[in-house]
Amino acid sequence: MSEQTDIRTSQPLGLAKRGYSGVIQHLAVAEAASALAGHELESRLIELGFVEGARVEVLHEGIVGRDPIAVRVENVTIALRRREAMAIIVA
Amino acid sequence: MEAPLLHLALVGTPNSGKTSLFNALTGSRQKVANYPGVTVERKEGFFVTPAGRQVSLVDLPGTYSLRGRSPDEEITRDMVLGRTPGEAVPDLILCVADATNLRLTIRLLLELKNTGRPMMLVLNMFDIAARRGVSVDVPKLSEALGVPVVTSIAVRKGGIAELLRRTDEIAAQEQSPVGPNRWQPLTASQLRATQREADRIIASAVSLPAKPDTWTARIDAVVLHPVAGLFILALILFLMFQAVFAWAQPLMELLSSAFDALGQFVHDTLPEGLLQSFLQNGVISGVGSVIVFLPQIIIIFLFILLLEDFGYMARAAFLMDRIMGGAGLHGRAFIPLLSSFACAIPGIMATRVIDNRRDRLTTILIAPLMTCSARIPVYTLIISAFIPDRDVWGWFNLRGLVLFGLYAAGITSALGVSFLVKFFMLRDYAPAPFMLELPDYKLPRLKSIAIGVYTRAKMFLQRAGTTIFSMMVLIWFLASFPTAPTGAQDPAIDYSLAAIIGKAIEPLLAPLGFNWQIAVALIPGMAAREVAVAALGTVYAIEGGKEAADQIGHVLATKWSLATALSLLVWYIFAPQCASTLAVIRRETGGWRWMAVTFFYMLTLAYLASFATYNIAVALGAG
Repeated sequence: MSEQTDIRTSQPLGLAKRGYSGVIQHLAVAEAASALAGHELESRLIELGFVEGARVEVLHEGIVGRDPIAVRVENVTIALRRREAMAIIVA
Repeated sequence: MEAPLLHLALVGTPNSGKTSLFNALTGSRQKVANYPGVTVERKEGFFVTPAGRQVSLVDLPGTYSLRGRSPDEEITRDMVLGRTPGEAVPDLILCVADATNLRLTIRLLLELKNTGRPMMLVLNMFDIAARRGVSVDVPKLSEALGVPVVTSIAVRKGGIAELLRRTDEIAAQEQSPVGPNRWQPLTASQLRATQREADRIIASAVSLPAKPDTWTARIDAVVLHPVAGLFILALILFLMFQAVFAWAQPLMELLSSAFDALGQFVHDTLPEGLLQSFLQNGVISGVGSVIVFLPQIIIIFLFILLLEDFGYMARAAFLMDRIMGGAGLHGRAFIPLLSSFACAIPGIMATRVIDNRRDRLTTILIAPLMTCSARIPVYTLIISAFIPDRDVWGWFNLRGLVLFGLYAAGITSALGVSFLVKFFMLRDYAPAPFMLELPDYKLPRLKSIAIGVYTRAKMFLQRAGTTIFSMMVLIWFLASFPTAPTGAQDPAIDYSLAAIIGKAIEPLLAPLGFNWQIAVALIPGMAAREVAVAALGTVYAIEGGKEAADQIGHVLATKWSLATALSLLVWYIFAPQCASTLAVIRRETGGWRWMAVTFFYMLTLAYLASFATYNIAVALGAG
């Protein structure tokens, strides 16, 4: 764990409720039970703008199990499932 | 001396407005084909710059990086790197960015720079960005990126003048600035570093408003609402199907009476005989009965293109992801499946956006169950002949409702099949991720949509002119020869090859309530579904003799029972009556196996469902 990660407030984006807003701390691809290999998931998340320091806000949730979620990343909106969002640690 | 053709390539992330820029630059001078060996659509267009230079512009598939995750993205990578055999290396890459949303495109551009190709950044939708308070310091951005930057407004006249001028300037340079290719696939940490670099450049040259697009936020508050959003989606689909039936009607009647008049004209002008019969019954009533459906095809493509351009399609995928997940489908399957309502062929080709093979295979298997536009001629013909035109519950049209029911049956059975596939064949697998950009809403670009609809309509008419026409000639021949012996009492067609073939198959189809005329129409109907309508038109026109000028619908209403009509409607929901779709499935899945699976499961469903429909209808007294 890196030092700037505050244990009390950091959480995976996959558990965030609608209206949550925060900043990406780091990507923890091993935490997500995604069908993708870790490096592939990491590359894809970065390609969609999920990099350390980016501001995120959960805008919308789906009807079944509040999944998927629509997340504002800086000024882009990305839809993804909570399963993959578990890899994004925010605070 | 004439300057050589200048090769330009458009590269950009999905939703960057690439297609509208492509349409603005090339207008209708477009050529759509496939890249050799793969089924990725290759769109090329042509234009002339103010300096008189001939330009060929290729629209490459949208991508976020050059990693080449899917066949589409590989094409983009290989074209940019000049690795595609038989394709010119682009002289200039136009990297297109939505000016309101630069972040991901700038990162892609930094990666593209490593290829060493000459490049220009086009800030598209610059007017919208300015209205939203995004201000871009263009010279500073150009300096920081090390490439020329131009602004464009693809939707406005003159909005691309600067782009054209700069293209001329770059083309006029003696030595094109081609650098060495240093591109290699990026690792995650390199990707991260490029994104940081992109963010740094954007921070230095672009000032963004504090608030995101308020219109998009307001619309999404309703459209992505878990309950209201699904209601709106259902409403849009319902409206689409009502429109296909109701709005197209006057135009279709106009076309239909025009063809009738033409047929009558030929009948009156030419002497009675083979030529007259061939032109009137074979060509005009056959091809005409298909062209009549052009208005409906235009309406369905209009809806799909409008929704896509508006930015709604990605929202629909978001809303449907988990719901479709229950049936074993990926949210990304929604767009291919929705395209399949127009035609299963582009739908199946669009499944390439699904990168998990199993998800893709399931989607391919069920795409042909979506009601494609080629079924519309069959459905409308039978519905208007057998279903009374009256209103129910105040403002629903009964015919529209039946049509909606047929669509709903297609969707329901598709979900059911997908569920069974997931349950029995592909049990052990974790769901592939669903990650999709939800673009800001944009007002649909009318010119761009007009070009899209025009291209589709042209393809439909070309098909009517080639496949359908040649099938019609064949049907007319089969239905006309051998001619009746002199003094025969029965209609001439009863002595023809068509009757012989039809009657040979009839026993197989009799349990479904099909007569030999239907049997004979279903065979050429394998070439394309709508051919069946034309074939019925020809068969009954030849049989009808004097009533030939009558509309085919009136003839059917007197010849078939309601049970037969319903049975045929149901048959068309399921039957694999499209050779091109089967060919595309073979090509996309890389073998005969899945094509055979699709063919037999659909045929089985069709037979069972029609059998049940016919017998229930007869039992209820509709026989």
